[in-house]
Amino acid sequence: MNDSISDGISAEAAAAPKTDGWEPKIVAFCCNWCSYGGADSAGMGRFQQPASARIIRVMCSGRIDPLHVFNAFLEGADAVLVTGCHIGDCHYVNGNDKTKIKYKYLENVAHELGIEKERLQLNWISASEGEKFANFIRDVTEQIKKLGPSPLKPAGVV
Amino acid sequence: MKGSVAVVGGGIAGIQAALDLADSGFKTYLIESRPSIGGVMSQLDKTFPTNDCAMCILSPKLVETGRHPNIELLSYSDVKSISGKAGDFKVKVVKKARYVDDAKCTGCGTCTEKCPTKVLDEYNAGMSKRKAIYIPFAQAIPRVATIDAAKCMYLTKGKCGVCKKVCGPKAVDYEQKDKEIELDVGSVILATGFKPFDPSALSQYRFDHPDVITSLQFERLLSASGPTQGHVTKQSDGKVPQKVAFIQCVGSRNPRIDRKHCSSVCCMYATKESIIAKEHDPELDITIFHIDIRAFGKNFEEFYNRAQKEYGIKYINSRPPEVIVDAKNSLSMKYEDFNSGELKTENYDLIVLSIGLDPSDSTQGIARSSGIALDDFGNIATSIANPVETSVPGIYVCGVAQGPKDIPDTVAQASAAASKAASLLSKERGTQIKERKFPEEKKLSPDPRVGVFVCHCGINIGSVVNVPNVVEYAKTLPYVAHAQEMLYACSSDSQVTIKEAIAKNNLNRVVVASCTPRTHEPLFQNTCREAGLNPYLFELANIREHCSWVHMKEKEKATAKAKGIVQMAVAKSALFQPLYKQQVSLINKALVLGGGVAGMTAALDIAENGYNVTLVEKEKELGGMLREMTELYNGKKPEEVLKGLLRKVSENKNITVLNEAKLEKVEGYLGNFKGIVNARGKEIPVDFGAAVIATGARNFEPAGLFGYGKDSNVITQAQLEKMLGKGTSANTITMIQCVGARNKEREYCGRTCCTDAVKNAIRIKKANSKASVYVLYRDMRTYGVNEKLYENARDLGVIFIKYDVERQPIVQNGSVVTVHDSMLNEDIEIASDLVVLSTPLVAGENEEINQLFKIPLDKNKFFLEAHPKLRPVDFATDGVFLCGSAQAPKLMDEAISQASAAASRACTILSREFIETEGAVSVVNEAKCIGCGTCVTMCPYNAPSLYDATVKAEEVTYTTKKSKINPAACKGCGSCAAACPAGAIIAQHFSSKEIGEAIDAFDKGVKSISIGKDMVEVTV
Ligand code: FES
Repeated sequence: MNDSISDGISAEAAAAPKTDGWEPKIVAFCCNWCSYGGADSAGMGRFQQPASARIIRVMCSGRIDPLHVFNAFLEGADAVLVTGCHIGDCHYVNGNDKTKIKYKYLENVAHELGIEKERLQLNWISASEGEKFANFIRDVTEQIKKLGPSPLKPAGVV
Repeated sequence: MKGSVAVVGGGIAGIQAALDLADSGFKTYLIESRPSIGGVMSQLDKTFPTNDCAMCILSPKLVETGRHPNIELLSYSDVKSISGKAGDFKVKVVKKARYVDDAKCTGCGTCTEKCPTKVLDEYNAGMSKRKAIYIPFAQAIPRVATIDAAKCMYLTKGKCGVCKKVCGPKAVDYEQKDKEIELDVGSVILATGFKPFDPSALSQYRFDHPDVITSLQFERLLSASGPTQGHVTKQSDGKVPQKVAFIQCVGSRNPRIDRKHCSSVCCMYATKESIIAKEHDPELDITIFHIDIRAFGKNFEEFYNRAQKEYGIKYINSRPPEVIVDAKNSLSMKYEDFNSGELKTENYDLIVLSIGLDPSDSTQGIARSSGIALDDFGNIATSIANPVETSVPGIYVCGVAQGPKDIPDTVAQASAAASKAASLLSKERGTQIKERKFPEEKKLSPDPRVGVFVCHCGINIGSVVNVPNVVEYAKTLPYVAHAQEMLYACSSDSQVTIKEAIAKNNLNRVVVASCTPRTHEPLFQNTCREAGLNPYLFELANIREHCSWVHMKEKEKATAKAKGIVQMAVAKSALFQPLYKQQVSLINKALVLGGGVAGMTAALDIAENGYNVTLVEKEKELGGMLREMTELYNGKKPEEVLKGLLRKVSENKNITVLNEAKLEKVEGYLGNFKGIVNARGKEIPVDFGAAVIATGARNFEPAGLFGYGKDSNVITQAQLEKMLGKGTSANTITMIQCVGARNKEREYCGRTCCTDAVKNAIRIKKANSKASVYVLYRDMRTYGVNEKLYENARDLGVIFIKYDVERQPIVQNGSVVTVHDSMLNEDIEIASDLVVLSTPLVAGENEEINQLFKIPLDKNKFFLEAHPKLRPVDFATDGVFLCGSAQAPKLMDEAISQASAAASRACTILSREFIETEGAVSVVNEAKCIGCGTCVTMCPYNAPSLYDATVKAEEVTYTTKKSKINPAACKGCGSCAAACPAGAIIAQHFSSKEIGEAIDAFDKGVKSISIGKDMVEVTV
């Protein structure tokens, strides 16, 4: 048993320097009806993307509580993506309008905490926009790779 | 009159028809002549144009069909005759002897393993062997062994008998005999499909050579469940080929062998097979020899473009006359490139014959024995206005039995046929059905015991993600009591395995790591219910769409990510609690938007099924584009169809028509919608349980193209159509195809324009044989039986000139058309009296409706259906359906089929007694609630409300407000929970705790494990 790499992505990744070969950890909140479907379409269209993101499915982007976002940062996410249906397309009438308002607030707090704006992003992705989803993950991964690990990352988390 | 229907043919058409009927209250017999249902779709590897795994989308339907309490499956059975009349038919069925008692057989496969006799396997198109006692494929339904009587040693020679000896449940019965039974049904649906063309009839293609194979064989080579586990190899020496050629139209578009039809699907399946082959082996050099590329369906053109640009697949316009086999047994072809006129010879390692679709023998047999008319091609005859009605009232047809078509068109027709049968028998609805019963839920033990099932999905997951590794990893996770891999988690035998594992290991949470919950969650939830688990104790970990398919080149990272995804799912599932749905009443009325041919048909079908319909039309009169047409492509008059429809609509008491009307507001959900229609300035409230969107499309106006708008001699095909109602005096007419289509702004093909052009060219020629008609085209896309029109036009002397997209025709002064004939490689000048531009249909005002119903649009602003293959008229949003050109351009018979299909789908809802509400709703923790009312303002459904509560805290008693949520109104979006300042609302199934556990699991990262032979060592 080896305690030192308990939180590593893998032993190799843990041993590697953080600059090259380092994969950021991205938490993507997706709503069931649009952006999760967009991620599915990315798969159906075989739009390749870095293996850096983990999707957390919620029924509507309106479900995303700012606390979930900070929870993700505090648990070591290098970036958190808030995604949902395009405005007007929310399956629950206007959940994403609420998301938009909450997101403003989130942005401010993130700014206060010194989190770079690349680390918290909002994007509306429809169920047919597989390529957009893949590009989004790729772009964010590139941006975060340049920034390096999140300042909020707890010690010991890679 | 009987409340039951016999569906003949258990391919995807029969399955869809049976499911629709069974879901809307009719007892359904599904009769299939092979040992399993599934048809040809079960043999496909992928489906175009999304490259969705065919088995993955089919298998849930197979399982559902096998499980449905109102479907009686008669597999390995043939229909001998149909007699009687609409409402009362007698269907004679022969249940062929399987020599296995299906009630006893458990499908364990021991007999197959031990059987010594090997036979060519038809499932793998003869490229591998199966046993004489067999189950045709892993996902077969029913999962029962069948003895091939012609090959079994015991049945032919009286020797062997091994299977009987080894069969545990004593199911083998050599004495079994064919059994004839008679079914009493109200209606019959023929879904007898097709027979793949046998290319031995065309000896010039040397099908006798082992490396000349059919497209169906190639499909099997690509499949993980195929003879080579998905590796493309040559049959001659097992080596990997380098150069592969497809020859299109083998057994299609060939009058010499009496195959005049276009098979509709071959261009796209060849494209699909080429793309998949390239994905397996990027070094492959693939050429497709074709006459025209018929990429006419939704997203087909885009798929074709991708094949060329992204995958480097070569398309050569040529029909090679023969395959040459030289002394060394190598293959080559001499061909003329029609585009350049060059003669070339090329060697190939493997040649694939894109075989066409022939009418099946059973179609012809049943038609003859039961007096059902066939058309010139041997398909069941129908008409444009009644595309699923056969010559015998009460007997309907769907799928390829009616003419070649692809899967979505087949599925739509299947639902359409179901709608017709259901409206015929609507009085008997519900008289012969039973309720679906699930066992009682077992008591939850306090400790979570999670079972993890990791799917290979053939090679879809397994070729990228190291599945055994993920399984071993899962075993190390907290609460996991059982983990195993599965080849296809969605197959019926896997459901049995999952249920057994639940029982054996006393599991109380189930995680399946496979594909997207958006398509597969209901299947596994039902499996859980059958095992006595609440469906909400189930979680899908999506390691296909979100992992193996998007990290195809990074196998290690993909495996690590798959482990992470499973870890998150396990962590979350441990917190799951049983949840229950509520039953609420519904409004058994429908709303149809759009009063064109599609909308009127949908409204009529629903009305004839016995439900009230409000039909909303924006114009003064019903009819839509049908009013603009002056002739149908079978020569009939559109006015007659229109008149018929108008009369039926006005006579039907169940239909209320609102003209000059527009839907302005909608709220509510499946079963209970409330809307406001503005009709001539008056606001009318409408309540409905289901809606059909049939708002059509509009003609593209080619402003500024080829002088349109400037020169009055330049008109559109739609204008010519109108003009021809009276006739034209023009002597030379030049039509230009693909104007405003298949280009940068509008990548899609207009689908109908070639057929329209050919139809009008014929009309001109018939009226005046001296007139010269030129059609300048890129590919003639007169698919299916409309190929007949193209042939007629050529016979009548219409001149077709192929132009290249890079060298567009030029129109000068609205009369002189210069075109570069790519076949002759020279410029041709045509002095024309009339220049006709064939333009595609473009999306109408779909954006308004998309906002109202929250239903998605595709990139061309047509509506996006729930699934391009198997749910062509559904939306992902329950209770809303789609038909006609609002989905994508369509010919009239296709729009009518789709309209009936949408009606059928709507009736599966309208026929219910109640609607089940969402189970995963939000609840208020009263103790924490501060009565602020934030949730009340947040909720779009008015689910939360405040009430006065008396609170006793220590010494004080006071009255305050508290919130409660009405579970019947809550849709489970969770907005209130996210907004509650006191954290008093729990969005069940998506609670902060559950989400938090998932995030937490993510943070833990994937621990490395090393796998020994029997032991698993975890490094933590
Ligand atoms: S459902 Fe997608 S944002 Fe609300």
